Amino acid sequence: MRGSTRGSGWASGGLGRLTAVALLDVRDLKTQFRTDDGIVGAVDGVSFSVEKGKTLAIVGESGCGKSVTCLTIMGLNPRAKTVSTGEAVFKGRNLLELPPSELRTVRGSEISMIFQDPMTSLNPVHSIGKQLREAVQLHAETTKAAASKRALEMLKAVGIPRAETRLEDYPHQFSGGMRQRVMIAMALINNPDLLIADEPTTALDVTTQAQILKLMNDLQRDFGSAIILITHDLGVVAETADEVLVMYAAKPAEQGTYSDVFYHAHHPYTWGLMRSLPRLATQGQELKPIAGSPPSLLRPPPGCRFHLRCPYAMEVCRTTEPEFASVEGSDLHRAACHLDEATKKREAETLVAETMASTG
Amino acid sequence: MVRYVIRRLLWAVVLFIAVTLVTYIIFFLIPVDPARLAAGKSATPAEVKAVAHRLYLDRPIYQQYLHFLGQLVLHGSLGYSFNDRQSVNSSIFAAAPVTISLVLGGAVVWMLIAIPVGILSALRPRSILDRCAMVGVLGGISAHPVWIGLVASYIFGYRLGVLPIQGYCNLRGAAAGQICGGPIDWFTHMLMPWIVFAVLYSAFYVRMIRANVMETLNEDYVRTARAKGAPESLVLRRHVLRNAMLPVVTMLGMDIAIALGGAVLIETVFGLPGLGYLAIQSVQQFDLPKIIGVTVFASVMVILFNLLVDLLYAWIDPRIRLG
Repeated sequence: MRGSTRGSGWASGGLGRLTAVALLDVRDLKTQFRTDDGIVGAVDGVSFSVEKGKTLAIVGESGCGKSVTCLTIMGLNPRAKTVSTGEAVFKGRNLLELPPSELRTVRGSEISMIFQDPMTSLNPVHSIGKQLREAVQLHAETTKAAASKRALEMLKAVGIPRAETRLEDYPHQFSGGMRQRVMIAMALINNPDLLIADEPTTALDVTTQAQILKLMNDLQRDFGSAIILITHDLGVVAETADEVLVMYAAKPAEQGTYSDVFYHAHHPYTWGLMRSLPRLATQGQELKPIAGSPPSLLRPPPGCRFHLRCPYAMEVCRTTEPEFASVEGSDLHRAACHLDEATKKREAETLVAETMASTG
Repeated sequence: MVRYVIRRLLWAVVLFIAVTLVTYIIFFLIPVDPARLAAGKSATPAEVKAVAHRLYLDRPIYQQYLHFLGQLVLHGSLGYSFNDRQSVNSSIFAAAPVTISLVLGGAVVWMLIAIPVGILSALRPRSILDRCAMVGVLGGISAHPVWIGLVASYIFGYRLGVLPIQGYCNLRGAAAGQICGGPIDWFTHMLMPWIVFAVLYSAFYVRMIRANVMETLNEDYVRTARAKGAPESLVLRRHVLRNAMLPVVTMLGMDIAIALGGAVLIETVFGLPGLGYLAIQSVQQFDLPKIIGVTVFASVMVILFNLLVDLLYAWIDPRIRLG
């Protein structure tokens, strides 16, 4: 998927952005949860846009707000406990302001979502045929037979062997990888314009991961859907993403095209993520995890949220929050860091050199 | 499936023998001579001996037990009462409809209360309804059924006089020597026992259903259903309730089975001549055949309902395969 689309797509990406309207345009999204302990700012000022046929990867550690961002777009947060502001304009409509009944018609037909754990994401008491048919019949007046036909088509498309015989089987009769294929079939059954995949491969073993990623790429090529891929695995990002958003503690840390983030990373957190990525060629060398753990979103630290774990932290980082500013020389590239431009460039180059050296 | 049922029934036979044997042994541990009681206060030792011989009480326990088993298997007879010489079968058959009416009717009442209240509480946790329901649950679990029964009798039976205080009426119509009968009398006489019986159980079931529904609402597949665009009512009906009701089915089967063995307290309070009442009476009179009769009936019910629950469970939950 990437090979051809990225080259041409992103060369014109900046210009295209000015003329064409993005499929989904998220502006300054904020989501807060009311909890017994106080208000948790789970997402704090995230902006991005996704175009047709493109993949945006949202990267970050657990609890950084990746999933909540997407659940907010889908309107799947617990209604009574959530306050969301900003906008998420999808095909001209702000999803955050749609009444629940209208948002429901968008979910599953125009935007659909697949989840992290295929073992628990299918209802154990209904056959997969019934669950797939349900997805069709919720959005279209069709007969059961027509819905079954569509379900079978999709099962074949996602590569379930002997799909004809498996329609009336129950989820527990499938392996994890096969269940994730069923989830993908269910998500794509109504030809959605946007597919949100929340860590779709995290619960699967490595060979199955590769198959599922390839499947998603193939289906994206065939159906032309846009994808938002949530992951903490930069390896997955490298294989699929056109654009990357790195989140840290509910805020965007760095954002840009694939090459911006991978070859010209401007944020110490992104560097940390890259250095903690295992590679076959670095056998024998120790992985360098990012020390410490993410801060509590109940009481986030002052200044830059990353300063407690940042090896480059300066005095200013402890007091002043860095602006999420554009990086010179790129339309999309933005990063939130106080470090001077020269240091960032030098570190980014060192990182690339390290990567090159280790992968040969 | 057939093999499963056969295996279960074989186990039922083992269980049956164990239960009746234990009942026999316990009975003979009590330092009382049942023959003397049966023969009456003024009986001579010779008469007592004759009675003991007629009632098989002069044989060793194992012979008595085998005699009982033989009678049951060959003639389907539970024997004859030591006291009134009535066939135990007829006593059981007279008492069973009373207890069955009480328990099944009570189960309907408590489920009619528990299902809607439990679900609504789960959907709106901490709402006024939920808080009221939880207070009610606490009250229902804490208050003793005898106390509730007496208070209800006093208020509705004595003070307001809207419901009969005591007694049972045949559903089919008045039997010989009875003053009431027919569906209407049956219903009015059972209404108060049902409600009192249901208070305790509905409290348990409200709490259980509420917890199950809340837990199921957090399941990933419920989120999947919402992500598919299913409206909330459909999510609840198709994806939450069926899963949340699985443990409820098991509990309901067990509770009904156990209560069928005799809802002693409620039967005593409302003067219902059911199995619990029969059991108490026969224990007080050291009437072994009747005690065994009630025990047999109760254990058959437990076995039957367990089997029923298992089959029902396999039907609701495709993950369970009986084999």
